[in-house]
Amino acid sequence: MKNLLVVILAAVLLQACSGSSGKKADEKSGSKSTITLTAAGATFPMPYYNMVFKSYGDKMGTQVTYGGIGSGGGIRSLTDKIVDFGATDAYLEDAQMAEMPAEIVHIPTVLGAVVIAYNLEGADGLKLSGELLEKIFMGEITKWNDPKIKSNNPDLKLPDLAITVIVRSDGSGTTHIFSDYMSKISTKWAEKVGTGKSLQWPVGMGAKGNPGVAGTISQTQGSIGYIGSEYAFAMKIQTAQLQNSAGNYVSPTIETVSAAAQGEIPADTRVMLTNSSDPNSYPISGFTWIILYKEQNYNNRTKEQALETVKLLDWLINAEAQGEAEKVHYSPLPAAAVEKAKTILRGVTFDGQPLL
Amino acid sequence: MLSSFIILFVAGGMVYSLVEGAIPAFREFGFRFIISNNWNPTSGSENYGALPFIAGTVITSVLALLISLPLSFSTSLFLGEYYRGTRMAKILGMMVDLLAGIPSIVYGLWAFYVLRPFLIGLGLPNQGFGVFTASIILAIMIIPYATSLSNEIIAMVPNELKEAAYSLGATKSEVIINVTIPSARSGIIAGYILSFGRALGETMAVTMIIGNSNLVPDGLFSTGNTMASVIANQFGEADGLKLSSLIAIGLLLFLLTGIINAIGKFIIKRIG
Repeated sequence: MKNLLVVILAAVLLQACSGSSGKKADEKSGSKSTITLTAAGATFPMPYYNMVFKSYGDKMGTQVTYGGIGSGGGIRSLTDKIVDFGATDAYLEDAQMAEMPAEIVHIPTVLGAVVIAYNLEGADGLKLSGELLEKIFMGEITKWNDPKIKSNNPDLKLPDLAITVIVRSDGSGTTHIFSDYMSKISTKWAEKVGTGKSLQWPVGMGAKGNPGVAGTISQTQGSIGYIGSEYAFAMKIQTAQLQNSAGNYVSPTIETVSAAAQGEIPADTRVMLTNSSDPNSYPISGFTWIILYKEQNYNNRTKEQALETVKLLDWLINAEAQGEAEKVHYSPLPAAAVEKAKTILRGVTFDGQPLL
Repeated sequence: MLSSFIILFVAGGMVYSLVEGAIPAFREFGFRFIISNNWNPTSGSENYGALPFIAGTVITSVLALLISLPLSFSTSLFLGEYYRGTRMAKILGMMVDLLAGIPSIVYGLWAFYVLRPFLIGLGLPNQGFGVFTASIILAIMIIPYATSLSNEIIAMVPNELKEAAYSLGATKSEVIINVTIPSARSGIIAGYILSFGRALGETMAVTMIIGNSNLVPDGLFSTGNTMASVIANQFGEADGLKLSSLIAIGLLLFLLTGIINAIGKFIIKRIG
């Protein structure tokens, strides 16, 4: 009994210590002379961020450390105020925004596609309608030579092979974009599975992270899954053409993804671009966002630190960084989105004074 | 003195934060958390039941123990009795220790790229992912632990006992069956219990091969998930009730391995 008391006392003390030491570390990083920005979040845009943050560092001297810990982790890190900005593939709903300790803003940074990747020897250019996607991912079509797939792809030689559905085992913004699209095209999906960063899957097995799903698909004959486009292109995995809302079959390319963002964009840029009505659009496209506090004076951050954060983001949405996006198979932001993002950035303040 | 207090602090703090983090999940679901097989993270119809993971963990660990039993037991007899002190035994003992030192992730890679294609060739369904493959890799991982523990216990059996049996005209196998094994029995059992405890908490290799589907496995070859791998997979994006549920699974796993280890230690202490 005595021992137990000691343990409990120890635990309480430890908890108390951890709380205060965390704050101290923040203060330190804020007072450094050469500025280092810390960010964390989604893995989906990570290949792009890694590239442009490095070239920004080479050019301006400001080092940016980006931790690819997932969209949810990015939001949590910003809530805990341990990063300068977070990154997420799913925008925060009004209720989530209300739960944040202060007002936050969304800055779209780039457009990406979630591709349907598969591994089927000698069957390049598979065409999948919304109905086929629904039936495959809900486990109603289980063989590649199913008549329904055949009638949609008369030219392809489809083997008598079981379909292995690969999904994300971890929570993910990629899953959110994919399930948002599925819920839009299938009422059955919306009712039974729904939209979210992690789901209760009717079939399939899980692999961790975009690289994990890509690796499993490339190693597994007859598999199909959804991944951030860059991961499929980098590993040269086959990707399916999807039928958009105009009825056209489109491949995920820079142009078709850009086409998805031609519609109306709200002032706060919080919009899902899936199932776009543009006839040339790839249907599972979406923005990925960086989120930051509207009032940058928090946690004893210096004005320099805040200014550098906003400058970096301003550079990120300008032509120079956007031009690099295509190198890693992301699509640049449409002009309308850049305009809106700039307006939002001009509203970011330090002690109430705009920084830009 | 100081460092031992630090360990106490750390261990106590861990238990405290596990319990504290798990409270919301237990408050929401109560006992249902352990017996419900419905793990649904979709917001709006959120429900978390840990049964698929508890089942996956227990099934893979028990299977692994059964698979490893004949292999490790015969190896430990070989090392501790038949060829004790020979060069052959030394080399084999070194190999066993080497197996124990291989990191989990390397076992996982081997299972993913070598074992799985081999099993697919034998006609295993689900592309070789699932409970069965995970159990095999777990078995290989715990063999060195079970072997070296029971090997030491077997070697500890007093020579006088064995010599007495030989002098009565017993053959080697009679000595092993009637003298060595009975007097080392509880130690051997403890060794297997400790290996079982290790199998329960094993994460990386299992995650890579079990298929990570959050359902109670409905057969030897179906896919599943374990307590350790669901935590490894999902903690990154988890918040609120889901995070609390994952921590609650961590607490359950902690209790389970703690109890198993305590039983093993208790048996070893009694014979020591």
